[in-house]
Amino acid sequence: MSGGVDSAVAAARAVEAGHEVVGVHLALSRMPGTLRTGSRGCCTIEDSMDAQRAANVLGIPYYVWDFSERFKADVVDDFIAEYSAGRTPNPCMRCNERIKFAALLEKALALGFDAVATGHYAKITTDGAGNRELHRASAEAKDQSYVLGVLTSEQLAHAYFPLGDTPSKALVRAEAAERGLSVAQKPDSYDICFIPDGDTKGWLAERVGTETGDIVDRSGAVVGSHEGAHAFTVGQRRGMRLGTPAADGKPRFVLEVRPKENTVVVGPKEALATALIAGSRFTWAGLAPADPSTAFACEVQIRAHADPVAAVAVLEADAAGTPELVVTPETPLDGVAPGQTAVIYVGTRVLGQFTIDRTVSAVPVDA
Amino acid sequence: MAVYLDHAATTPMRTEAIEAMVDAMRLVGNPASIHSAGQQAKRVLEESRERIAATLGVDGIEVVFTGNGTEAVNLAIKGLWWSRQADAGSDGSGPRPRPRLLVPAGEHHATVDTVEWLAVHEGAIVEEVPLDSVGRVRLDEFERMLRRDAASVALVTMLWANNEVGTIQPVEEVARLTAEVGVPLHVDAIAAYGQVPIDVRGIRRATAAPRGAGLVALSVSAHKIGGPAGIGALVLDRSAALEPLIHGGGQQRKVRSGTQDVAAAAAFAAAAEAVHETLHADAERMAALRDRLIAGALAAVPGVRLSGDADRAGRLPGNVHFSFDGCEGDSLLFLLDAAGVAVSTGSACQAGVPEPSHVLMAMGRSEADARGALRITLGHDSTEADVDAFLSALPAAHAQALKAGLAARSTSFDR
Repeated sequence: MSGGVDSAVAAARAVEAGHEVVGVHLALSRMPGTLRTGSRGCCTIEDSMDAQRAANVLGIPYYVWDFSERFKADVVDDFIAEYSAGRTPNPCMRCNERIKFAALLEKALALGFDAVATGHYAKITTDGAGNRELHRASAEAKDQSYVLGVLTSEQLAHAYFPLGDTPSKALVRAEAAERGLSVAQKPDSYDICFIPDGDTKGWLAERVGTETGDIVDRSGAVVGSHEGAHAFTVGQRRGMRLGTPAADGKPRFVLEVRPKENTVVVGPKEALATALIAGSRFTWAGLAPADPSTAFACEVQIRAHADPVAAVAVLEADAAGTPELVVTPETPLDGVAPGQTAVIYVGTRVLGQFTIDRTVSAVPVDA
Repeated sequence: MAVYLDHAATTPMRTEAIEAMVDAMRLVGNPASIHSAGQQAKRVLEESRERIAATLGVDGIEVVFTGNGTEAVNLAIKGLWWSRQADAGSDGSGPRPRPRLLVPAGEHHATVDTVEWLAVHEGAIVEEVPLDSVGRVRLDEFERMLRRDAASVALVTMLWANNEVGTIQPVEEVARLTAEVGVPLHVDAIAAYGQVPIDVRGIRRATAAPRGAGLVALSVSAHKIGGPAGIGALVLDRSAALEPLIHGGGQQRKVRSGTQDVAAAAAFAAAAEAVHETLHADAERMAALRDRLIAGALAAVPGVRLSGDADRAGRLPGNVHFSFDGCEGDSLLFLLDAAGVAVSTGSACQAGVPEPSHVLMAMGRSEADARGALRITLGHDSTEADVDAFLSALPAAHAQALKAGLAARSTSFDR
């Protein structure tokens, strides 16, 4: 229970469904911040109190469990390392993968619980043979199946998402108000919880330092300078302060971040188009496809709130012989950064996910 | 039926205290008013003060009521700090003439955070006196630190007994040393009060304390002895000068302004008197229960270690503190709670913000040890049946907590 409205209503529904429910708030930082950061920050004292007040209203026991060390190592440090390596990680996904449905789940199972229920908007169904499947939520606008794409069948077997069938967040808020939960109108959190002021760039600069580097175009010509490559992400347009306009007068976007050279590559919007993405770190959410080495139709989604794009996926051996998932979208993807997670869907079902290691541009360099 | 074994957090209010409180609540009158109603309230207040004073070996005038124990500790440390600077001729500007605060490691947060505040805002130099492996102040180190330029020491503050591991501190020895060099000593006796006899004047006499030095201030709290929460007291020797924290109507020798809570004082006095009537017998009884609980737990499960002093005289009679190898204290707490037994992982002030106990760390224990910590504390109404309930719930809880083990660090879901 984060202290937000979703987990409070999820807990209420789990109680109502007749389960024996215990509320657990994850302490994710030894430095719990200060009051009045509201829902910005999942680990503040106020959030913990909100969670406890919801548990009180539901009449369930409530505990704070400390996962601060794991969270720091697996989510925060990982976030810094990924950015420093020029990749764009998704810390919420990482938290689901390593904390909520790993550390927390394992501890809960050992303590005698059957499942971890969360306020995520996603559905779990069971096929005729008893295999778990992960699906998009009924509330399309709130669907969080993307950030849960990392869950494997073992994890799905013990996950429970009571909000999956609710058509909208507004209904969840209304239900919270009806149940007398004080968090009914609490604002949603959008930011990364461990960066409570939302200033990701400043936060990263404090941790990895700043170092002036070049901004170059696709021909390698220097067109500007920056204060640290980690502050840039592929597809970004603002914040480059390029003095000279491009030859064609068009706005320029970040096409690539090269952390080792501390260089940022920019170019026209068209050059962001990506024809192919591939990665060797993949998991299947539930049953793996019977024969993934035969190309199959799917949809691919590369950000939490991006539209899915029709694609063809196939499992191949890469140059070194390592199995690699290769996805070719029907129409090029825009602004793909290495380190991002691609989630593969078939209809509403999440088939699996992989971390994007390499991309192939749809536009040759001299286009 | 739930079994309550967290008396160090707070203990049930005694019937005598509840009755005294309700009776006094029916009185009308501000004790500072001049009319008869005021005088009646004042009489109840001052009688209460005297009855509490008698349990601490001081006179009524030396008992200053506060809002709680933490306020008493703040008042003592900050108040003595400021008066000691002024006393040495400081007008508040420039370097402090007596900047040093000698504070043992492993103090309660009421002290830790207060001296930290003085360091940040008032230029105090906080010097931490090391503890030995059972959590007792290293007297040799303390004496060395104190004698190295005693004139620069503003004050010394220490616990009478540690609130987490129950180790009783060498208060009289420290009082003697501070008396000898003319430095004031404050003792936080909140955990010890009602479990061991406290005689402030006795200690002052035995240590030949001069005016304003040696044991001059001592903090206690009502709710730890069966009184109500929301009232504490600072015992302040007549000879000690102290700057107030709260200014106003000048009540309580101007040391602590504000209308006094007659009902809470009456309840505090009733609890204090009741506790001290049977202090020795209760302590004996609690210590026997404690020793049975310790022996039972050590025999019942593997990988359990007692923290604090194993010598029965060196430990609060109601305190048990274990570290369980391979278990998280919060798993054990949860499982025991589910089995109807209420215990603690440390001091309640830290609950919700899990941190490895700074007390155990100061005793030279590892973070892993600190994480597996569980505090079980007995009170005057604890029974054999409570101990039995704990001992019978422990093996299953322990086995399951071991399984949950170090899930916070690595899991089978990792890949």
